[in-house]
Amino acid sequence: MATAVETLAPPATQSGIWSWITTIDHKRIGALYAITGFIFFLVGGVEALLIRAQLAVPNGDVIDPELFNQLFGVHALTMIFLAVMPMGAGFFNYMIPLMIGARDVAFPRLNALSYWIFLGGALLLTSSFIFGGAPDAGWFAYAPLTSEQFSPGRNMDFYVLGILMLGVSSMAAALNFAVTIINMRAPGMSLLRMPVFVWMTLIISALLILALPPLTVALLQLLFDRHYETSFLSPGGGGDPLLWQHLFWVFGHPEVYILILPAMGIVSETLPVFSRKPLFGYSAIVFSGMAIAFLGWAVWSHHMYTTGLGPVQKSIFAGTTMTIGVPTGIKIFNWLATMYGGSIRFTTSMYFAVAFIALFTIGGISGVMHASPPIDTQQQDTYWIVAHIHYVLVGGALMGIFSGIYYWFPKMTGRFLGEGLGQVHFWLMFIGINLTFFPMHFLGTAGMPRRIYTYDSGMGWDFWNMVATIGALVIGVSLLVFIANFFRAMGQKPTAPNNPWDAATLEWATTSPPPEHDFDLIPIVRGRDPLWFDRDHGHAPAAAPDSAVHIHLPPPSYYPMMMAVGVLLLAVGPMTHLVLTAFGAVVIAYSVWGWALEPTD
Amino acid sequence: MAQASAVEHHPTSTGTDNRKLLWWIFLGSECLFFGSLLATYLIFKGSLAIPPFPTDRIVDAAALVGVSDAAREACHSIGNNLFECEGILDVPVTSQSTFVLLMSSVTMVLAVYGAQNNRLKMMKLWLLATMLLGLAFLGYQVFEFTTFGNEGLNLSSNQFGASFFMLTGFHGTHVAVGVLYLGSLLFASFRRSGLGPEAGFHIESAGLYWHFVDVVWIVLFTVLYLIPA
Repeated sequence: MATAVETLAPPATQSGIWSWITTIDHKRIGALYAITGFIFFLVGGVEALLIRAQLAVPNGDVIDPELFNQLFGVHALTMIFLAVMPMGAGFFNYMIPLMIGARDVAFPRLNALSYWIFLGGALLLTSSFIFGGAPDAGWFAYAPLTSEQFSPGRNMDFYVLGILMLGVSSMAAALNFAVTIINMRAPGMSLLRMPVFVWMTLIISALLILALPPLTVALLQLLFDRHYETSFLSPGGGGDPLLWQHLFWVFGHPEVYILILPAMGIVSETLPVFSRKPLFGYSAIVFSGMAIAFLGWAVWSHHMYTTGLGPVQKSIFAGTTMTIGVPTGIKIFNWLATMYGGSIRFTTSMYFAVAFIALFTIGGISGVMHASPPIDTQQQDTYWIVAHIHYVLVGGALMGIFSGIYYWFPKMTGRFLGEGLGQVHFWLMFIGINLTFFPMHFLGTAGMPRRIYTYDSGMGWDFWNMVATIGALVIGVSLLVFIANFFRAMGQKPTAPNNPWDAATLEWATTSPPPEHDFDLIPIVRGRDPLWFDRDHGHAPAAAPDSAVHIHLPPPSYYPMMMAVGVLLLAVGPMTHLVLTAFGAVVIAYSVWGWALEPTD
Repeated sequence: MAQASAVEHHPTSTGTDNRKLLWWIFLGSECLFFGSLLATYLIFKGSLAIPPFPTDRIVDAAALVGVSDAAREACHSIGNNLFECEGILDVPVTSQSTFVLLMSSVTMVLAVYGAQNNRLKMMKLWLLATMLLGLAFLGYQVFEFTTFGNEGLNLSSNQFGASFFMLTGFHGTHVAVGVLYLGSLLFASFRRSGLGPEAGFHIESAGLYWHFVDVVWIVLFTVLYLIPA
């Protein structure tokens, strides 16, 4: 075996675009995910700014209604599928193998495939703006508005095929991370010694693996309705539009936990480190995460209170929805208890983590409010719901992600993001978020409906809409500060030591940034906070082996990229010509064959 | 397993091979996929208004307005403005194809046995047999779909047609992918290096998928064909 390794050793050069295309290194794929996700985050942000510009004053005419409809749908799709999920995936990719003491994920090439299919799906979805119009029926795409009769353009085809591709990508990634976490842990790392971020990733993987199939079926039904003459969802042909809502929200509600649990995992890492205290109630947080994931399956119909479910069903779903607040509350109190009595360092990462708790709590409380069907009936389709979702996703998920960015940046790049600019970024963003989204509560209670492209003066909505638009601009400025901070940091020399924050988890046991093989020696885990345990019990880090020892890594591969091109062709076919689908299938078959025969040892 | 020592792998936390764990979790996800399709079928089954119907049913004349001639032929008047429509499902024929698919699981087991015990001729023979049985099942399905089409059932005829063809069609696609999967393994086994030292593992993985597709069919056959309306 050893002789075979020599001939198949990865190329010496580790730079150039070809090395990125063929890379199967989880750290590079993580970086690709994170950067792509951030770019799409900016795209989604521009979409949001256009929406806010249109709504700033009554009877605004910045954009026309057709474009407005496209923008609010694509803004949601971009932020959910192309920004927050991939930025979370960036952390999974980069950090999970390091945190569990592994040299890579279980299936490195599958990991690359996930990224390339994601990129293809993201480009397909976004390219709709150029090719005849973006999806304009909201991210939930309620039937029968999406049928060929009511959406005759290609807009909704981009939706169906883009989301199908993104689903395939997420599925491949979730399978990969589930196996990696279950099977690739370093010696001594039992399940209940895993960092909470790893736990949350495992739970998210389980959610994706089980939630994506119903969405896939719903999308296929829509695709067949639009192109192959079925009428699953059109009442005209005997179909049932509520079928779409059920299948969509059976995916859609677990999806919101897929978006928020990474942030919960991240702050469960940063809060203890910057409080210099082990996480309070580790088991309670882990089991609360599982309870949230489990209950997340039993709450989907709270999106459908106004569809005439009947009193018994409404009561049950109201009960489960309120119940899900309990494990969430347990987590919040455990984070507070982690900080209590700690010796807190107020770094930028810590600011974001604390703001996460505060803002997520506001979003959580407004969520429990509309768990009640009579209240929800009043709030349905008003800006109150917009306020809720943005407090949870921007105040929650995004603040958590920024806490992670400031925390792990030295590990990923060897450089520190500036604390001064970081504070400016934090305060601008914190103020901007509250300025944008808190007034939406008032607008919602004043009866302003979602998704309207303009409104008349004299409804009592003028002032708060202007405030929200100003807030959105402040968020935009804060992101410019962050981008400046990023480029400033990247221009500096890498000076970060292995463990600059005195953190407890294994990713800090290797160099910053880590070598391609992650660890010279696979670490041995003796406790829940391994590095603190070893420090306090006098275990010196194992001596690095002789540098001449060759650590075998699988060679780079271009098959993942090739197969993703095949999947893209497969998806474009139904919109253009089925010849492309057939050609895509051939490319996929060829890639599978080459992939299977490619030596990896 | 006998072949486990032939190729050394990194030890895993659970002791199970990563690839096998991946297969199992993936099949768990597939359950939700077929579950959602089956749920769709069952939802519409209760509210079918126009023929063709899966099983015999009596309807009034209003239900026959606008249906295709082929579907109308299966309905005859029993007076009182009522019509009895013949069910379209042919349980005896589909029982045959079900038997064929079940037998393919037996031959698959024999192929896995051959691969794991290094009896390569036996492995190739039974792989071929499994493929042929899979192809026979697909042949039955083509026959069934064609017959149904002639009797007026298609994707747009009614909700039964849409959900039936979508459900069994995706199952058939899974069988077809399985045949290609087994075919590529069979093809690869004729190379000089054969399937390599992990032949047993590769065939076993394919078998896992094959048996799963078979089990799904048992559920579908029971729910679609055997449980009466």
